[in-house]
Amino acid sequence: MLGKTAGGLFWMFRYLERSENTARLIEAGLRIALTRSGSTDEEWTSILQTTAVLEGYNAVYDGVVTRETAIDWMLRDRANPSSVLNAIDAARSNAKTVRTALTREVWEAVNDCWMSLKDALARKVQERDLPHVLLLIRQKSAFVRGALHGTMLRNDIFNFARIGTFMERADNTARILDVKYYVLLPSVAAVGSSLDNVQWQTILRSVSGEGGFQMAYGQEPRAREICQFLILDSRMPRSLAFCAAKICSNLGYLASDYGLRHPSHEMCDAITHKVNGLGIDEVLDKGLHEFIQTFLKENSALGQQIEVDYRFYQ
Amino acid sequence: MEKPQIFDEMNGLGGDALRAPYAEFSTWFESENPSRLRKKQREAEDLFRLTGITFNVYGRAEASERLIPFDIVPRIISGREWARLSRGIEQRVRAINAFLFDIYHRQEIIKAGRIPAEMIAKNEAFLPQMMGVNPAGGVYTHIVGIDLVRTGPDEFFVLEDNARTPSGVSYMLENRETMLQMFPELFAKTRVMPVSNYPKMLRRSLAACAPEMAGDKPTVAVLTPGIHNSAYYEHSFLADKMGVELVEGNDLRVIDGRVAMRTTQGYKAIDVLYRRVDDNFLDPLNFNPNSQLGVPGIMDVYKAGRITIANAPGTGIADDKAIYSYMPDIVEFYTGEKAILQNVPTWRCSEADSLAYVLDNLSDLVVKEVHGSGGYGMLIGPTATKKEIEAFRRKLKARPANYIAQPTLSLSTVPIFTKAGLAPRHVDLRPFVLVSPDRIDITPGGLTRVALKKGSLVVNSSQGGGTKDTWVLEE
Repeated sequence: MLGKTAGGLFWMFRYLERSENTARLIEAGLRIALTRSGSTDEEWTSILQTTAVLEGYNAVYDGVVTRETAIDWMLRDRANPSSVLNAIDAARSNAKTVRTALTREVWEAVNDCWMSLKDALARKVQERDLPHVLLLIRQKSAFVRGALHGTMLRNDIFNFARIGTFMERADNTARILDVKYYVLLPSVAAVGSSLDNVQWQTILRSVSGEGGFQMAYGQEPRAREICQFLILDSRMPRSLAFCAAKICSNLGYLASDYGLRHPSHEMCDAITHKVNGLGIDEVLDKGLHEFIQTFLKENSALGQQIEVDYRFYQ
Repeated sequence: MEKPQIFDEMNGLGGDALRAPYAEFSTWFESENPSRLRKKQREAEDLFRLTGITFNVYGRAEASERLIPFDIVPRIISGREWARLSRGIEQRVRAINAFLFDIYHRQEIIKAGRIPAEMIAKNEAFLPQMMGVNPAGGVYTHIVGIDLVRTGPDEFFVLEDNARTPSGVSYMLENRETMLQMFPELFAKTRVMPVSNYPKMLRRSLAACAPEMAGDKPTVAVLTPGIHNSAYYEHSFLADKMGVELVEGNDLRVIDGRVAMRTTQGYKAIDVLYRRVDDNFLDPLNFNPNSQLGVPGIMDVYKAGRITIANAPGTGIADDKAIYSYMPDIVEFYTGEKAILQNVPTWRCSEADSLAYVLDNLSDLVVKEVHGSGGYGMLIGPTATKKEIEAFRRKLKARPANYIAQPTLSLSTVPIFTKAGLAPRHVDLRPFVLVSPDRIDITPGGLTRVALKKGSLVVNSSQGGGTKDTWVLEE
């Protein structure tokens, strides 16, 4: 397999995951706006921050955050490299580059995703159309994932696609926690107290985890349990532990396929050990913010090492 | 001037006598509900769009992806007609390969006075670097597309030879695939020769031309300029169907005297490279130094016999439009036989007498650039305005050797399906030919391009032409 193809698969699935995550965060933000009176601009600032696009936004809008401009920036602004429109473009360009590695079903699903979203995002999305457009973004990328699972051989092609997905997802979950850690912190200190209803909803909603959390931890959300759920719970498909384990096993398949281990394998093992070896109390004692910052840094270093080990670019 | 009668391939010369190859199709068509067919036509377009069978249009501010319109009425050729065409095509392709070998070796044809020496020496498509080089298996043009036009029941002419990197074969395959999906009942009634094994034959044919040093299983790859190239879809389609890697220049480098591709497990040598990059961009060390699309040093590896490049560099000398006018001589010189397929009469504007004639008759002629393609930069006299003709006259006088001229043929028509039912439109045909050291394979069918505008003779997709499925019937 060409190094370029491995890189194309990795990025194709990172971008698909990114657009889906952005849609989810906007949905969570809209929900808050419906349930809370008064200004929610602060919330949009934190969502922009979570998707790592706040800096670019501020440069264009001089730091004035409104719901309308924030949503447009994240959905369709060409000046925002991570906007859904740009991310879908990038995903499809990468898919074109790796066309020979994809089944017809996967290619058609991503091409259809691109055609539908390009259409839906051609103009500013009207308020009343937002729920539908956000649903469309999630659905269309779910189709790509479905086609991937249903039709692709479980070989190196599949592994690079999955590694890209989980790298992006881990990054996204970590950012949500990081941006919201100030919400979680005070209540961690005040043992046993419940969180502000709206705040915990936002966090769980933005990872599609409301129902799952209830099922696993009951009705009463506590900060400690939310952290446990999103960081360490290996049942939760967007938790850091889950993503790290997946990256490890996909890298592991590559190592046995190719008969060669790389530095990225050691790095990934170290991350997984760390996440699995800690209890949630330890994480919180040492500082949630520091823990997340370290995780983000290590995750990104791992991505760069994979690039080198599998010769994406040279 | 009297309007020449036009031959319709479905309905004959006067347009009122149904021809035999179309009999079954016609019965089927008459029994179909037009609104169902219209729906099918739309479905076909959705299918093409979803599959991504699009091409990029050059010369537009925003690089846009467009569909080539597809018409559901097949172009049907009888087995007998095809047998004769195949013989002519095979003869011509053999001659082209023999000509290329000769031009890059002893140049007997020039010594024999059949082609003027400057025709070669001063030709941009001639590559001096290829002198004395022996391509593996003696094959120069592994893949050839011969553009044919028809003017009557038995009159076929070669309009153009495509010996560099002929494109369009993916349309031949996808058009058939689409027809099979939409109208399976048609194929149950009519025995149409299959085209679907083209990719397998291509792979076989390329592998058969691998250098001697390659093992039993030569590594084949397709070289594309990248996703922004107008024919990228076809490049990825062919690589996919052949099950080989699709590479770009930056995936390749010369290592230990071999051309190798960067894989996730290190560099792997390539034995046969089916390149869809022009000669000039193939090797920045040997040709255009600014090329980002090629592989520095690949020509040296090639000359050392350590990789096969298909088609060979320098094959453009055989499909140049000025050389075209010598093709009947070329066929005769190398095969010892009269050419089975006729050339369209051609005036070489480099010759003073011809130039004078062309200048006097611009409004009746088609004038083409010697190196042009895609329907760009040509004059179609009968449909051009006075202003356009005068503008062209100036260009022609300034660089006569850059042009050839041909009479406007009354091209045959095949009906297309329009809102008002069937309507005749002009067509051409590009059959695809594969050359191996031991055989020549011609896929029964090819790409039929059709001018969608009434009366128009321009079939190029870049100029609003469409395509049709092309059927060759089993005898």
